[in-house]
Amino acid sequence: MSPVKNISINPAKYYFRDNHRPILRAPKGLNADVVKLISAQKKEPAWLLEMRLRALKIFLEKPLPTWGANLSKIDFSDIYYYIRPAQERGLTWQDVPEKIKKTFDRLGIPQAERKFLAGVGAQYESEMIYHSLKDKWSKLGVIFADMSEAPVKYPDLVKKYFGKIVPSKDNKFAALNSAVWSGGSFIYVPRGVKVEIPLQAYFRINAAGMGQFERTLIIADEGSSVHYIEGCTAPMYSRDSLHAAVVELVALKGAHIRYTTIQNWSHNVYNLVTKRAWAEEEAVVEWIDGNLGSKVTMKYPCVILKGRKSRAEIISVAFANSNQHQDAGSKVIHLAPETSSNVIAKSIAKGNGRTTYRGLVQVDKRANKAKVKVKCDALLIDRQSRSDTYPTMRIDNDNVTIEHEATVAKIGEQQLYYLNSRGLDTETAERLIVSGFFEVFARELPMEYALELNRLIALEMEGSVG
Amino acid sequence: MASLLIIKNLKVNIENKPILKGVNLQVPVGKVVALMGKNGSGKSTLSHVLMGSPEYKVVGGSVSLGGKNILHLSADERARLGIFLAFQYPYEIPGLSVYHFLQTAVQAVRGKKFNIEKFKQELKVAMSDLKLSENFLQRGLNEGFSGGEKKRMEILQLKLLRPRLAILDETDSGLDIDALKLVAVNVKKMVKQKMSVLVITHYQRLLNFLPPDQVHIMHEGRIVQSGQGSLVKKLEQQGYDWLERKN
Repeated sequence: MSPVKNISINPAKYYFRDNHRPILRAPKGLNADVVKLISAQKKEPAWLLEMRLRALKIFLEKPLPTWGANLSKIDFSDIYYYIRPAQERGLTWQDVPEKIKKTFDRLGIPQAERKFLAGVGAQYESEMIYHSLKDKWSKLGVIFADMSEAPVKYPDLVKKYFGKIVPSKDNKFAALNSAVWSGGSFIYVPRGVKVEIPLQAYFRINAAGMGQFERTLIIADEGSSVHYIEGCTAPMYSRDSLHAAVVELVALKGAHIRYTTIQNWSHNVYNLVTKRAWAEEEAVVEWIDGNLGSKVTMKYPCVILKGRKSRAEIISVAFANSNQHQDAGSKVIHLAPETSSNVIAKSIAKGNGRTTYRGLVQVDKRANKAKVKVKCDALLIDRQSRSDTYPTMRIDNDNVTIEHEATVAKIGEQQLYYLNSRGLDTETAERLIVSGFFEVFARELPMEYALELNRLIALEMEGSVG
Repeated sequence: MASLLIIKNLKVNIENKPILKGVNLQVPVGKVVALMGKNGSGKSTLSHVLMGSPEYKVVGGSVSLGGKNILHLSADERARLGIFLAFQYPYEIPGLSVYHFLQTAVQAVRGKKFNIEKFKQELKVAMSDLKLSENFLQRGLNEGFSGGEKKRMEILQLKLLRPRLAILDETDSGLDIDALKLVAVNVKKMVKQKMSVLVITHYQRLLNFLPPDQVHIMHEGRIVQSGQGSLVKKLEQQGYDWLERKN
């Protein structure tokens, strides 16, 4: 046992379930009736229903991708595509049904909101059951809403951008999301407004065999800035669940969007997410992407650098424990001159866990003086673990600077011995080496999340010795 | 004079090849003992065997610390018992901040007696004693440190972990004369508080500032000559060659 007991570890903190009864549950399986039911629940405009039905057709036509993780075990007919947990969305936590409120209390969401967040959204199954933005920010014109209400309340912005950054036909799971999406966040930050403290959304799956398909659209107007954080967890079931989200970001001229994810789904969730951003002139988009949970993750946050001097930063970590496959990476498309990108990807595989880095850097012939930097490091904890790297570069311009570096290492016996010789047992020593390896990611997080990350790592590293 | 460390007829192999061929050595409480010898004589192997490196296989003999047999203990257990090895080549642990590392290690070694406020105070003093800037605390352990910085970081750990036995493995290599004096002054202070020291070195440089009470010379896995501090002078004048002629 570890002599150091300053970290409390308890998996029950995330993987518990409650017995809340939903008010509506669409029958299992996917067809046009389910899509119409979802659309009717939200009293959507006709154009959105049409878009959903077109997307359903695309989903059914597209084959399952076979180039990445193994998805062949997903049974699309054995999933609930829509579960409505409550009649109304709460404006205060008092309005949220008691059992659901308790769940979020246990996850520490209301406490975090009071302490350091500008606004919070909480999604439970298919619906945002709570949404709130502090007065200071709503007075400045910031919109932080449930995506489901946005088409009616903010039709112009939604029509202009929704489905434009990630079209339904982009991939099979973007099509699935476009057909059955529900919930997620809609954010608009007006010109010049800088939201100094983070907005957060927390996504919770509670029911077995649930599919969660939230949709997020963030628009940062000229010269504005915003930091959005998402977290997610689910109970552990023997049946698999599916999470297929779509996230679209628009950073207009000089805007700055940072999007932070701490993904900690239980190990029975397929997490297949499409995330993409547009960056206009001198805009900055940062994806800070942490993947610790899920059974299979396939996610490659993308930035399209459309405007001159726009910049992308993608820092990601993935931890694959036994029976997990983290197939993650990044994409950067340089379309304009003097654009720059910096990609740092770190992954750890343990037990028979598997990590894959899949990255694309594309530099268009218009992108004179583009700068590209990619660094991916993989750490293997033991002999059974596996890591693969698939970096792709398509460079159509000679006047660019490109740096690329990739390493794969095992935890060194000698590093362990060195730490042992300072009185640290092997479990503690491994944990310190692993936390150190992820430090470049952890330092990008607000303190509370960095601590949470360390707790999660400790949890994953438990029992690794012997 | 009571001995803290007693090594009896210690035999160690690497891949079935004998490296230590029956070493006998004692380190008394509160004394400085120097172990000298050429490269490859087995003295660095001895330091790692004492610390409990899993790389070496002990095939015979015994080692005890304060009367307790230690050969069956793991490196971390030995550290908690009071053995410290200042590495010749300290390893880098990227991203592990010096502060977090020191606190975790000191906490592991002191156990229930650990007090965070007291630790912070000691850390401040120890860093100033070694002329180490507090900026080091936020850096990755040994990450990008110069040779001299790594050695001073080892002595910082020594000061905070306060072992009963300190083994200094070629601590003088890579240190300039000022740093050498600084290390010697700090170690001497701890010797006054009854710490025992085993200094392993090829050269005499460190011993000029940290005079040993006893000197042993190792050659091909055996102690071939033992004596007082004056033996260092003899080595300095005649080199290791006279030993080879003798043996």
